[in-house]
Amino acid sequence: MRSALVTVAAVVAAAALLPLVYANQLLLFNFVVFLTLAQGVNIIYGFTGYLPFGYVGFFGAGAYGFSLAVMHLHLAPLPALACAAAAAVLLGLLLTPLLRLSGAYFAIANLAASQAMFQIISNPNLTDITKGPYGISLSGVFSPNLSYGVAVAILAATLGVMVFLRHSRFGLALQAIREDPVTAGMAGIDVVRGRTLAWLLSAVAAGSIGGVFAWYVSVFYPETVFSPEFSIFAIVFALFGGIATITGPILGVVILYGIYNGIGISAPQYFQLIYGVLIMVLVLFLPNGIVSLFKRWGIDVP
Amino acid sequence: MSPEPLLQVAGLVKSFGGFVVLDGLNFHVMPGEILGLVGPNGSGKTTCINVITGLYKPQAGSITYRGREVGGLPSHRLVHLGINRTFQVPKPFLPLTVRQNVEVAVAYGRPDGGAVDIDALLASVGLDGHGGKPAAALNSIQQKMLDLARALATGPRLLCVDELAAGLNPGELDSVAQRLRELARGGMGLLVVEHLMGFIDQVTDRVIVLNAGREIFEGVLAEAVRDRQVVDVFLGTDHDD
Ligand SMILES: Nc1ncnc2c1ncn2[C@@H]1O[C@H](COP(=O)(O)OP(=O)(O)OP(=O)(O)O)[C@@H](O)[C@H]1O
Ligand SMILES: [Mg+2]
Repeated sequence: MRSALVTVAAVVAAAALLPLVYANQLLLFNFVVFLTLAQGVNIIYGFTGYLPFGYVGFFGAGAYGFSLAVMHLHLAPLPALACAAAAAVLLGLLLTPLLRLSGAYFAIANLAASQAMFQIISNPNLTDITKGPYGISLSGVFSPNLSYGVAVAILAATLGVMVFLRHSRFGLALQAIREDPVTAGMAGIDVVRGRTLAWLLSAVAAGSIGGVFAWYVSVFYPETVFSPEFSIFAIVFALFGGIATITGPILGVVILYGIYNGIGISAPQYFQLIYGVLIMVLVLFLPNGIVSLFKRWGIDVP
Repeated sequence: MSPEPLLQVAGLVKSFGGFVVLDGLNFHVMPGEILGLVGPNGSGKTTCINVITGLYKPQAGSITYRGREVGGLPSHRLVHLGINRTFQVPKPFLPLTVRQNVEVAVAYGRPDGGAVDIDALLASVGLDGHGGKPAAALNSIQQKMLDLARALATGPRLLCVDELAAGLNPGELDSVAQRLRELARGGMGLLVVEHLMGFIDQVTDRVIVLNAGREIFEGVLAEAVRDRQVVDVFLGTDHDD
């Protein structure tokens, strides 16, 4: 518990303070986004075993929830962020029937659902509401420093949820459900409720950070915030580092997103391929990520 | 006034596709009683427990527990009402420690939140000293005992035991038999599925014999072995004892 809180505090402090010494705030912002998304994947995959290939759907729902609240309801950014989270929860509730599917079927159905969301929002017939394919412009609320700070706060909250899950009865119940839902039921755990709560928690994380993404960039297209790359990157980072731990996804983001930004920007298409292959290799050969290597060497990581 | 049964199963039907596995099954269990459920492989014993514990909904018939119809309720609700079971092939939560496996059942399986001495519970099933290990490190017998501890942790009044004795050595058999008798003396009703007739003889008050999803005999084991129909069924298909 202690070491987990220290890790969280260090990450949050680094995210908060780095902009003071490092000029590329956009890059740091993207790190914060992926740190949050990787932990969101961690919540749903690490604690229930559902691999959310359409995780970006929540992110996009959040981005549009925020934008529509600003454009149509004329809300200030912070209340609009509540709408972002609410939009993601709504989508999450709508998709709860997917949790009845197992394994690959869930992953595929979730991917399809996120694509459907994209198609609906970018539909030209909805231009009056969503601006359709022409994209969103929120220059009125543009405020990079404030939105960066709020993004760090959302990261901190998401990491807080992970610490809670790692050290609470509820987290134990979720792991039990992941291991064997039938036995979990006979331990008195309401399996459907547990899965749904984990699903909605991960939706809130992605929706909130999606909302703050819309705020930070202020100008974006539907394909930006529904890009499957968000799902794939978040999953790869979480898997690479090690799911169901707090440190794993953090390491995954720092290492892999670091490499990506170091050498990948010039040739992103290779990275999509490499990351696709990496998912398969990791699931097959190192399902518990690189932190499991530390554990094998006797080093305990939170 | 005769005491009310703890569990009353009447006309229970369950089929998979067109294949009828439970075909109008009837029996009851009294509080403090150990009822043996025996029958050849595939006769529907595990399915019967699965329906009673909420894995499947009954297609017809009733399951009355403490005077209340419980057929079709989800497992966790039944656990909260005091019904639990062990699994023929236990699937403990492997990465969790032995202690956490029991802890989670204590935390979620007892609506009253009553305190349980987990160390004592683990010791009572022969798992003292194993609490800190991951469940994955236990052998299959120990996993069965952990499964029993998980069930007992929820404080059941009705416990269904599915082939707990298979694979135990004579010493272990004896201690498990004693443990089950002890539970019954405390008022728990038990439904015990087992192929080992010696074990059945040692622990049960009464047996019912199942064949193709119907009870073909009900009474004490000593009479069952003299029953024509029972002998036919067992000599025809079974290989145990
Ligand atoms: N989920 C299922 N789907 C289809 N058929 C099933 C299912 N569960 C059980 N059966 C079938 O129902 C029949 C009864 O199975 P069950 O497991 O209840 O028998 P059993 O009496 O416990 O046998 P054993 O002594 O071998 O454990 C078998 O023919 C089995 O194949
Ligand atoms: Mg069986």
